[in-house]
Amino acid sequence: MFLDLYYGLRDEGVPIGIQEWMAFLTALEKGLHGSDLLRFYHLGRACLIKSETYFDAYDRVFARVFKGIEGQFGDEVTQQIMDWLENPENFQQLTDEQRAQLEELSRDELMRRFLETLAEQDERHDGGDKWVGTGGRSPFGNSGEHPSGIRVGGKSKNRSAMKVAEERNFRDYRTDQALDVRQLKVSLRRLRQLTRSGLATELDLDETIDETCRNAGEIELVFRAPRRNNVRLLLLMDVGGTMDPYFEPVSRLLTALHEYHGLRELQSYYFHNTIYDHVFTSGRMTRADAFPTADILRRLDSRWKVAIVGDASMHPAELMEPYGNIDPRQESATPSIVWLQRIADHFERTVWVNPDDRAYWNGSHTARVVQRLFPMFHLSVDGVTEAMQALVGARRSNAA
Amino acid sequence: MDHSEDFQRFQGTDRYIASTPLVDAVNCAIALERPLLLKGEPGTGKTVLAQHVAEGLGMPMLSWHIKSTSKAADGLYVYDTVQRLNDSRFGTGDVGNIDHYIKLGPLGKSFEAKERQVLLIDEIDKADLEFPNDLLHELDEMRFTINETGREIAASERPVVLITSNNEKELPDAFLRRCVFYFIEFPSVELMRRIIDVHHPNLDAKLLDQVLVKFYWLREQSELRKKPSTSELIDWISAILRSGISMEQLESHIPFVGSLLKTEQDVESLSEYNKRDGRYPTSWEDLGPRYNQ
Repeated sequence: MFLDLYYGLRDEGVPIGIQEWMAFLTALEKGLHGSDLLRFYHLGRACLIKSETYFDAYDRVFARVFKGIEGQFGDEVTQQIMDWLENPENFQQLTDEQRAQLEELSRDELMRRFLETLAEQDERHDGGDKWVGTGGRSPFGNSGEHPSGIRVGGKSKNRSAMKVAEERNFRDYRTDQALDVRQLKVSLRRLRQLTRSGLATELDLDETIDETCRNAGEIELVFRAPRRNNVRLLLLMDVGGTMDPYFEPVSRLLTALHEYHGLRELQSYYFHNTIYDHVFTSGRMTRADAFPTADILRRLDSRWKVAIVGDASMHPAELMEPYGNIDPRQESATPSIVWLQRIADHFERTVWVNPDDRAYWNGSHTARVVQRLFPMFHLSVDGVTEAMQALVGARRSNAA
Repeated sequence: MDHSEDFQRFQGTDRYIASTPLVDAVNCAIALERPLLLKGEPGTGKTVLAQHVAEGLGMPMLSWHIKSTSKAADGLYVYDTVQRLNDSRFGTGDVGNIDHYIKLGPLGKSFEAKERQVLLIDEIDKADLEFPNDLLHELDEMRFTINETGREIAASERPVVLITSNNEKELPDAFLRRCVFYFIEFPSVELMRRIIDVHHPNLDAKLLDQVLVKFYWLREQSELRKKPSTSELIDWISAILRSGISMEQLESHIPFVGSLLKTEQDVESLSEYNKRDGRYPTSWEDLGPRYNQ
């Protein structure tokens, strides 16, 4: 049953491995969970979860795995358990060679017996035992609060572990849904390839010292080119129509990009629904703002990274047919799909970032077609992070 | 064998009552001999917390404040070649002994100390992405060798390592796997009252309620790019007190919004909310179930 916690967390996509699990078990062996389920909850979280973005997953799994235990037996783990855990005989089977072998099964056994002992309890433990402290005062402190402005813990000492888990206070920290400019900037930092290029203007102190030493103390200055980010990004954005509901997330992505000064160059253009002969230099998309798509392909070399932001859902004719553009002011004999194909062929790395929920992608015919040309990612912190990795990370085998 | 007594325990200090989860996390880190990673929103007092932990354990603390230019090797030792070069040119100092020019960094010092130390690695996320990975081996083994002299520095007393992060960068998985993690939550309303009481004692109870309702309401607004934090709230209350604004005005407005919201877009979206005749909450009932338990 304890292993359910482990596999439950893994199923939720929490990155936890045997190392964390072992740490947790060692902490349990040392009796760090004391005598109540709430401390057990916090101990598990400290050992197993390494980012507040997964606290919500932990809460959900914990509530699922341990549901019922608390209701039946109360929140406090009894003295029996304490005795059991403190009795070294119970650990003999674990301490020697098996521990060294990381035997999962024996660990599970420890867990199972922990729970069984828990289930054997037939009366609720009143008042504090020696772990909670005599006279109701814990030797470890209990209020969890500090008047000078530091919040250090739970709201009230009387809350139960299950309640804490079920409150799911960390929902807002999930990165697969929330989209925060600051978090986005963190993911954008992946978008870098540092190279030394240009004139040698930076004093290389280490080399200077080495050379000077070799030169018997006569100072020999060594210069090198400064390191800088070599990533150039072309951003193509769908605006208006079906994109209107996504104004907020898209503008956050834009803000993050503009506030992120690490890029060597950033160019952005706008389009409506899909890309034809022209894209636009501003979101108003007037005739004066039109810019030939062919010029972009001519001017920007293949090393530019391309990110297209759009929901990729439209009438199939808009994408596949000649003169498919629904904007009557513009006619284009070349179907949009051809332009998209050209973009995909011209640049080495391209991604499509879709604000629509992943579940809808396959429901739209055009989104399915677009996915054949561009790897598609969701407009969320996790999705943008993956997209950035696709732009600069190791090339996937099929794209080579 | 009593499992509870085989390592030193942290129990909080006189001035500082630590919560059970924090105490457990600290003790867990000590027992497992792993670094404790403290994370939380800016302004929740991570560094102060580390100082209190050191005090509670009764150990001296060494701080290593990380900057964007910090390198992992700096924490171990620095070989002051420039000084040595200078000495050799002008004939001062003992150039023959390289040991004179080896200066231990905070990590090195904590290993070499006779007494057990608390080592605070502050704001580890400020450094380069690879920085934490470069420290893995030293933090695991608690020993390293000075290449120039071949001297080995090994910790006789394993230091208690506390690490704070503001979440500016993702920390590498391999590093995270070795840490015990503790997250400092944003203060609850109850605690916030006590915090405010320290800074603005004897504040009118009705005024305090108004201020807190507005503050927590603002923090709930998803449009905001930067949520106001504790220090901004304290400043805001100062401004309100000095201006002598009436309760009625405070109920219907958010005055001095500039001290709460620090970006232009946020101020703009709030004024747009005004234009749309958006109403501000005036009591806790307006804030929904989370605040009315």
